Amino acid sequence: MANLTDTVHEQDVLIEELGYDDHFHEHHHGDKYQSSFISKYIFSQDHKIIAKQFLITGIFWAVIGSAMSVIFRMQLGFPEESMAWLKPLLGKWITVDDAGMGTLNPEFYYALVTMHGTIIVFFVLTAGLSGTFSNMLIPLQVGARDMASPFLNMLSYWFFFLASVVMFFSLFLNTGPFSGGWVAYPPLSALPEASSGSKAGMTLWTASLVFFVVSVLLGGINYITTVLNLRTKGMSMWRLPLTIWAFFVTAIIALLSFPVLVSAFFLLMFDRGLGTSFYLSEIFIGGQALDHVGGSPILYQHLFWFLGHPEVYIIILPAMGLVSEVLSVQSRKPIFGYKAMVLSILAIAFLSFIVWAHHMFMSGVNPFISNIFVIFTLIIAVPSAVKVFNWIATLYKGNVRLNSPALFAIGFVSMFISGGLTGIFLGNSAIDIQLHDTYFVVAHFHIVMGVAAFFGMFAGIYHWFPKFYGRFMNETLGKIHFWGTLIGAYIIFWPMHYLGMVGIPRRYYSFDTFDAFRDFDGMNKFITIGAIVVFAVQLIFVLNFFYSIWKGRKQTTRNPWGSTTLDWTTPIRPGHGNWPGKIPSVHRWAYDYGKDGKEFISQITPLEEGEKDGGH
Amino acid sequence: MDVVSSHHSNNRIPSLTFALWVSLASISMMFAGFMSAYIVRQAAGNWFEFVLPAHFLWSTGVLLVSSGSIFMAQRMFNQRNEIKYKSLLVLTFVLGLVFIVLQYEGWMAMQAEGIDLKGNPSGAFVYVISGVHVAHVLGGLAVLAVALLHAFLLPFNVSQVRKERLERTAYYWHYVDLLWVVLFLFLNYYR
Repeated sequence: MANLTDTVHEQDVLIEELGYDDHFHEHHHGDKYQSSFISKYIFSQDHKIIAKQFLITGIFWAVIGSAMSVIFRMQLGFPEESMAWLKPLLGKWITVDDAGMGTLNPEFYYALVTMHGTIIVFFVLTAGLSGTFSNMLIPLQVGARDMASPFLNMLSYWFFFLASVVMFFSLFLNTGPFSGGWVAYPPLSALPEASSGSKAGMTLWTASLVFFVVSVLLGGINYITTVLNLRTKGMSMWRLPLTIWAFFVTAIIALLSFPVLVSAFFLLMFDRGLGTSFYLSEIFIGGQALDHVGGSPILYQHLFWFLGHPEVYIIILPAMGLVSEVLSVQSRKPIFGYKAMVLSILAIAFLSFIVWAHHMFMSGVNPFISNIFVIFTLIIAVPSAVKVFNWIATLYKGNVRLNSPALFAIGFVSMFISGGLTGIFLGNSAIDIQLHDTYFVVAHFHIVMGVAAFFGMFAGIYHWFPKFYGRFMNETLGKIHFWGTLIGAYIIFWPMHYLGMVGIPRRYYSFDTFDAFRDFDGMNKFITIGAIVVFAVQLIFVLNFFYSIWKGRKQTTRNPWGSTTLDWTTPIRPGHGNWPGKIPSVHRWAYDYGKDGKEFISQITPLEEGEKDGGH
Repeated sequence: MDVVSSHHSNNRIPSLTFALWVSLASISMMFAGFMSAYIVRQAAGNWFEFVLPAHFLWSTGVLLVSSGSIFMAQRMFNQRNEIKYKSLLVLTFVLGLVFIVLQYEGWMAMQAEGIDLKGNPSGAFVYVISGVHVAHVLGGLAVLAVALLHAFLLPFNVSQVRKERLERTAYYWHYVDLLWVVLFLFLNYYR
């Protein structure tokens, strides 16, 4: 790596000679962006600060969301043990009897399951993942000073913050947070009298998610506009790194699917508050008939899953983008099949909109319609398999550096294969008769979009940590984190497939009273121990993260990984506007590794005479 | 926003205008959600048919005229005709208010005919869809109010920035207009 310092010097010369002068630094932006502590770190309009805000808020929620899963896993694995020691934390949700035996309130168990899902899906893997990396990498990698509208970008974060505050507040309600499942199906979500979590908890849940959608839309509008409008000179769409393609397509999916969720929520709010009957019909509570007539709960499911299914790709596509980039950089090889990667992102995005009813096979939809959804669902396996093949082919004969980012990227591929294969089972409406609503489903989606997305996010965090903070995370702790998480995640979710195959239903508080399901307490204990260990390992990551912000090994060269992309041509701690002088111009695709005997060739290096640009 | 204006751009449409287009696509998806919910629910039967009150037809006319007036306001601005530009902008704002009043009267007329929010979903859908649309018109009025402030408080000056700003205001206004026409036709003919 001795030649890296020279490369940096050369890069400055290249930017100065060939870069694009937008007269950026002749204006006085300083006061608007950086003048006080508040405008620099709190209400910042700089995309790099906003990215950090998303990341740290995401980490906060990840700790809470996964701690909740540990609590309900303890209930499932050790129902006979006393939970009295959790009384100081959970208060009245733990009942302690005369013998000192503490029991988790069943209603609160449902609230924990619901909140775990809501928090991880929306706040961690949508805002924390796509919010963080789209913000950080889009301007840096397309060669822009900032987002198209830094102001809307700031609002995007603060709407997420507002959503977070409202959701966090709902955890402390006397009636408890919402407890009807993260999908919030009516009638549980529509009738305050349905359960105690359906009262104020549900009202705040809906309010929080509406704020959240506003945040996603403001962010998405910016991501799309920035990618289309603010690419630097020479950065054609086919020269974009795969990260940017992934964020770009993710934003499009989000922009088209989240508004439909808002429609569903509006109708739900009318049913809750104003007495309409969009989703409700002929319901009796406590022997009393409600006067809601003529609604259909299935209608909500259609609207919800029209967002809900694209949502899983909103989660996984950014992770795929990060993994593609990390794998290529860390194995010192061009990504295999760049165009196929882009096309499969587009194919996945398109298909994600026409498969939603596979979440509803058992809710009484027409079996003929189910068949169509089965076919589209199974077709998604094709672009997914193309991507998996390309990742493996990228690694093949690569000069792979087995550091934390690379390990997590490889772990992602492993998880995506394991979880993806079970998706082929679940996509079949006939097999779904046995498997629906069982632990098989839980295992499938946790591996394929929960753990895998986390792996992508971790790969991204370890890889771009120097870009965020000018320091490295601790490598040893990173490896402990990786192996603990990889092995632990399989320990948790592999056995769940067996539980699901014998038909054990998800979301149950206890299996004691069911002859068919009570014989699996050994397996449940095993899973719970795995969950506790994995949670502890994540705390190592959190410690490593915060320790390294201030005390990590300092980054001394600009481009520590030897990367071709523009993000590594800025100073180590880029100021506002990212490049101190001109904006670099781009002359080649993003994946020139090991070409013409050179280890890598930066995108800002002009093509040699007669040299062909790669990728196409 | 200088970050944007001084930047090399690959797109002929200015960034913020393009961002507006993107957000309009998003709003359209929300209404598409409502419309498909309407279609699916209607197909399920137990659907009460009724004729929309005439107020909605008049309000459609008013909104169409207001689209014309903001179009002319924009044209007058570009031709530096300050008086006509300002009066047409005021006219647009007033027509927007009239539209909202007419929608309200339309809801009252439905109510008087016994089509209640709590009754059959066929009526409730009309209330919700037209109500959420009115919310978007209110947003448009807020934007128009800002345009009016610019028109009356800032010195008259046809700059590129102000041209683009007025253009965005007009685009949004045309959009809520067009959206209503689509919704009106849908609710009228897809009973």
